[in-house]
Amino acid sequence: MKQMPVPHAAENYQETRFSVPGMRCAGCISKIENDLNHRPGVAAARVNFSTRQVAISHSGDIDPPQLHAWLAEIGFEAEQVENPVASPDAAETRALVKALAVAGFAAMNIMLLSVAVWSGAEFATRQMFHWISALIAIPAIAYSGRPFFRSALAALRHGRTNMDVPISIGVLLATGMSLYETMVDGPHAYFDGAVMLLAFLLAGRVLDAMMRDRARGGVAALLKHAARGAMVLDERGVSRWVASADLQAGMVMLVAAGDRLAADGVIEEGETHADLSHLTGEVRPERMGPGDAILAGSLNLDTPIRVRVTAAGADTSLADIARLMDAAGQSRSRYVRIADRAARLYAPAVHSLALLAFAGWMLAGAGWHQALLIAVAVLIITCPCALGLAVPVAQVVTAGALMRLGLLVKDGSALERLAEVDGVVFDKTGTLTMGSPVPVSLDMMNAREKAVALTLARASKHPVSQGLAIALVAEGVEPVALEDLREEMGEGVYGRLGGTDVFLGRIDDLACAESHGCMLKIGHRRGIVIAFAETLRPEAKETVDEMRAMALRTSILSGDRASAVAPIARLLGMTAQCNARPKEKLAAIRRLSQDNQKLLMIGDGLNDGPALAAAHASMAPGSASDVGQQAADIVFTSRSLMPVVQAIGASRRTMKIVRQNFALAIGYNVLAVPLALAGMVTPLVAAIAMSGSSLIVVANALRLNRIGS
Amino acid sequence: MTGLLFLIPIALLLGLIGLAAFFWSMHNGQYDDLDGAAMRILIDDEDEQ
Repeated sequence: MKQMPVPHAAENYQETRFSVPGMRCAGCISKIENDLNHRPGVAAARVNFSTRQVAISHSGDIDPPQLHAWLAEIGFEAEQVENPVASPDAAETRALVKALAVAGFAAMNIMLLSVAVWSGAEFATRQMFHWISALIAIPAIAYSGRPFFRSALAALRHGRTNMDVPISIGVLLATGMSLYETMVDGPHAYFDGAVMLLAFLLAGRVLDAMMRDRARGGVAALLKHAARGAMVLDERGVSRWVASADLQAGMVMLVAAGDRLAADGVIEEGETHADLSHLTGEVRPERMGPGDAILAGSLNLDTPIRVRVTAAGADTSLADIARLMDAAGQSRSRYVRIADRAARLYAPAVHSLALLAFAGWMLAGAGWHQALLIAVAVLIITCPCALGLAVPVAQVVTAGALMRLGLLVKDGSALERLAEVDGVVFDKTGTLTMGSPVPVSLDMMNAREKAVALTLARASKHPVSQGLAIALVAEGVEPVALEDLREEMGEGVYGRLGGTDVFLGRIDDLACAESHGCMLKIGHRRGIVIAFAETLRPEAKETVDEMRAMALRTSILSGDRASAVAPIARLLGMTAQCNARPKEKLAAIRRLSQDNQKLLMIGDGLNDGPALAAAHASMAPGSASDVGQQAADIVFTSRSLMPVVQAIGASRRTMKIVRQNFALAIGYNVLAVPLALAGMVTPLVAAIAMSGSSLIVVANALRLNRIGS
Repeated sequence: MTGLLFLIPIALLLGLIGLAAFFWSMHNGQYDDLDGAAMRILIDDEDEQ
């Protein structure tokens, strides 16, 4: 029998979570769990496949880098993530699902009892059924109605009205009136109508919340880009692990090749290339040496360096971007959903109608009891089912159809905002162009040189060599076997081919030093320079033309150099702004928004984060940084840019269907309200009308399923 | 009529049990990892002795 780890008291253990995007199958789950569970000091490892995360409960003497190394050993790239502090969004969805479960249970049972009443139960039986209905309905309404009551109260307290105000008043009045009817043994109790209304509306809310849940806080993801901590050298030259929160200015960090910086600093020792793409959007690694400032989140590509910390924690420029994004996102949260805008017009009309009915019947001498009953029937029949159900259903159906096209919509309001845009702003690197560099041509090499280049390129993780390897494999090149493969950081990869030295790496020829690329050397012959360039995404030109046909203004907003942006701007016929830092991108978006333009920002990098959050709507490609993906409303996973246009078209169609649904709902009210005013709406008629109108708007929304087919 | 005295409480009780089971499963995290549950059925557990 295998020795099981001795269980310790729970408080000796701490939990660390890693995001492991590379999990694909059941094999990965069992590999990770089995391996980690057998490591010393690990109490339990549990994979959540839906979120691609693994939660590891381990003893305090194992630090996160050790766990990270273990995961790397079994072949998984992992990134530590914060332990989830119960996110308010997820908790809200949970509460809504529970409310829906209770309302659904109550509605079904009351409906069964109501059917008996409608089919003619009388006297004691009817009274008993009404009492049982009341006993089920009142606790259920008190529980399931809370989301509506709370939001209605909050709106009224601020002197505003939203969709929940007419719903709450209608439900409460109907319940109170029905309770009175039950007590005086009257024939009309609307418990079924009130509970069913809540169930329908909650179904709409749950759909909406589930969609929104996919969007998580962009800011949390942003801080993920800074390392969790760093190895710090103390005065005696001993290194120890310090978490980012405890780093202080003046400390000296050792940053290994392939690590991200945990704080801003100045390089003290070592020359390296750093990937600053998260700040500048420039994919070309920057050469840095002693005295150069380097920012938190930068990726040290090739040589270990020593960095003296100048700013840590909340003072880093990365934290600055997080604050910018947070502030920029607030303007979007002021956006009013179309259902609420409609409710602002709709609610006063419905309420005055019910009031008029009450007053009219009182004047006609019907007595306050009958007049109130009719007023309640008017409220129930006009309750905005279409607003509460039809809008989310239309948006969820569209989101589902777009998902099949490779577009992930994170929020229903995103579709509403996307339908309104009249201008599109593109980032260049990674958005208009593919993120990874691609060799311009491979024709300068013969077949043997290509084979050598492929073997060498595969030995390195540098973006340029990876781009070269992909291009060579795509041409069908087969690698050759080389001996003594070794990578010199910052130089390139060396090897031997049957006694001849071969090398792939940095261009040493001064004349070509400006060109972006690498050099292949075989023996003592002159090196072959392989130039690299950015390539446009497929169908970029068609996409931009299509947008112009849709009367959308287009422009480029890039952090890259003018010389790199100009050819692409010229090719696509767009105006461009270059050298824009994150703050300047944000300012540009704000300036255009003030001219009453509603902008769609499409970007991918960390540097686009604030601009993505500030724009009226935003999209990011699937290759984008985490921050880009989190800040954007919609993520498209295809290589082509065409889905962007499809999404705009789909959002416009969705809004057309939503408006049709409003028209249907109002048309139905035009038919039903006179009946209610005339006092001819019994609980049976109310129940049929409510289900009927809900089914019609849902069926109409389902037509959106045909998008893209 | 006397049948109703039994049947209605029984029907309500069964419904309530279902509701309680749903609440329990939600709090117990049964819906936290739906994709993972589908995958785990494929894992061989022969080495877990």
